[in-house]
Amino acid sequence: MRGNRFWSWVVFGLGAAYFLLPLLATLEFSLSIRRDGYTLDAYRNVFADPGFQQTFSYSLIIGLCTIIVGIVIIMPAAYFVRLRMPQIRPVVEFLTLMPLIIPPIILVFGYIRLYNSSSFLPLTGSVMGTNILLTLGYVALAMPYMYRAIDTGLRTIDVQTLTEAATILGASRLRILTRIIFPNVITAVLSGAFLTLAIVMGEFVLASLLNRPGFGPYMQNIGANRAYEPSALAIISFVFTWSAMVAIQLLARFAPKSSARKD
Amino acid sequence: MFAELRLGEAIAILPFLAFAVMFLILPTLGLFATAFSDGQGGLTLDNIGALFTPQILRSFSISIRVSFASSALGCLIGLAIALAVIRGRLPPVIRSTLLTFSGVASNFAGIPLAFAFLATLGRVGLVTIILREVFGLDLYRAGFNILSFWGLTLTYLYFQIPLMILIITPAIDGLKREWSEAAETLGASTWQFWRYVGLPVLWPNLLGTLSLLFANAFGAIATAYALTGSSLNIVPILLYAQIRGDVLQNQQLGAALAVGMIAITALANVVYLVVRTRAERWLK
Repeated sequence: MRGNRFWSWVVFGLGAAYFLLPLLATLEFSLSIRRDGYTLDAYRNVFADPGFQQTFSYSLIIGLCTIIVGIVIIMPAAYFVRLRMPQIRPVVEFLTLMPLIIPPIILVFGYIRLYNSSSFLPLTGSVMGTNILLTLGYVALAMPYMYRAIDTGLRTIDVQTLTEAATILGASRLRILTRIIFPNVITAVLSGAFLTLAIVMGEFVLASLLNRPGFGPYMQNIGANRAYEPSALAIISFVFTWSAMVAIQLLARFAPKSSARKD
Repeated sequence: MFAELRLGEAIAILPFLAFAVMFLILPTLGLFATAFSDGQGGLTLDNIGALFTPQILRSFSISIRVSFASSALGCLIGLAIALAVIRGRLPPVIRSTLLTFSGVASNFAGIPLAFAFLATLGRVGLVTIILREVFGLDLYRAGFNILSFWGLTLTYLYFQIPLMILIITPAIDGLKREWSEAAETLGASTWQFWRYVGLPVLWPNLLGTLSLLFANAFGAIATAYALTGSSLNIVPILLYAQIRGDVLQNQQLGAALAVGMIAITALANVVYLVVRTRAERWLK
């Protein structure tokens, strides 16, 4: 059985090499803008570029809107399904998984055809309308992850008992949802939120085809025109994604481990 | 006492259903309608027929090949790494590091990933240079190109393998210790255990993940677009160009392309949904 362990190390080592080499190469390349040694100039150029600041903050704001709209749409539905109608769960789950079956480029193509300036709901006719459409498109892309995160959170608490207790005490449905259920699943919701942010920040095809100044199209543009700055952007993106995942892991530590009460 | 709350409950699910209809179902159905319409209100199969040109067929062929190669290799390599780390008795810290890293890498797709691979295996990439200067192996003279089928496949593996690891880890955890102990007691070799117990239990899961990874690669565009521009015409890039240049070309053809893509990813995912139900039997 000693051989078993040896081969495990070999497989792991090869995998680690495949995954770490591109990161090292990118880091090295991003520092090599000058011939006379490593500098952080490429990063300085990126951070000093007004285009970077504008597109990064634009995508960040759209990302935050996506999270809020996503919670408002998905949270009540997930709660309702869990509380009253477990029989329609397969339908709801199928709908939330649809964005994994239909690629983003097809969704946005559908949006452009359906909500163009001469349609019944001309969202692409104005800048604000297009921003709203982009946000809703991102809600669709994030839905598989957001729904799963919220549903996992709801599974760890006793939705039925909490709802009955609050109802007896005279709380309205809205109040139960916002004051009782939501605070109980906030860690799960936040982990879905960080994942959503990581997806939205680098997203390219929706922002590009809706002509909005997102961070993804900006990176694509830099990639076509610069040599060293793209590597710096790749490292920045990696660090951003990594922070989001670490945040999710930290949250998981604070999340309740199991149902508070089981009948 | 809850009867009077029914209306309030219906309102709770209404925004979700309205959203799903408006931003998932209608846009997709709209494309289907356009793909089968002749532009004057009649039905036609001409647009679907227009897909069968050498250029478009070549795009579908390269897309399917890249997606299949990256999903099949992603499954195999991901399974090998997951098995090595989980059942190969490596230190536990490696397992948690692997899972965290997989979470990051499976989301590190799109444009930054293309940049990373250009800096690694592009013409002036670090690995290309080291192989040439130190080992005397000129990748590009040997026929490799990052803007090619293998280049794109190698790049896609960077998010496919981690996704496989994340999905398959719970399934491998579900293989109970008792099973391998029982097999061993009965005199089975390690190979026999995997052949008759391990793989048959994991099989539906593997097949399901394969189709998920396939769809994942098939719909991806940003990495390929940033990597190759339009020198490697996979279907999403063709559709992207078609949407951008809609003024010149006909809209029905774009819709037909979209329907072709949906047909292929849907087929892959139907396989996934069907086998997932079977997979859950053993992993309670």
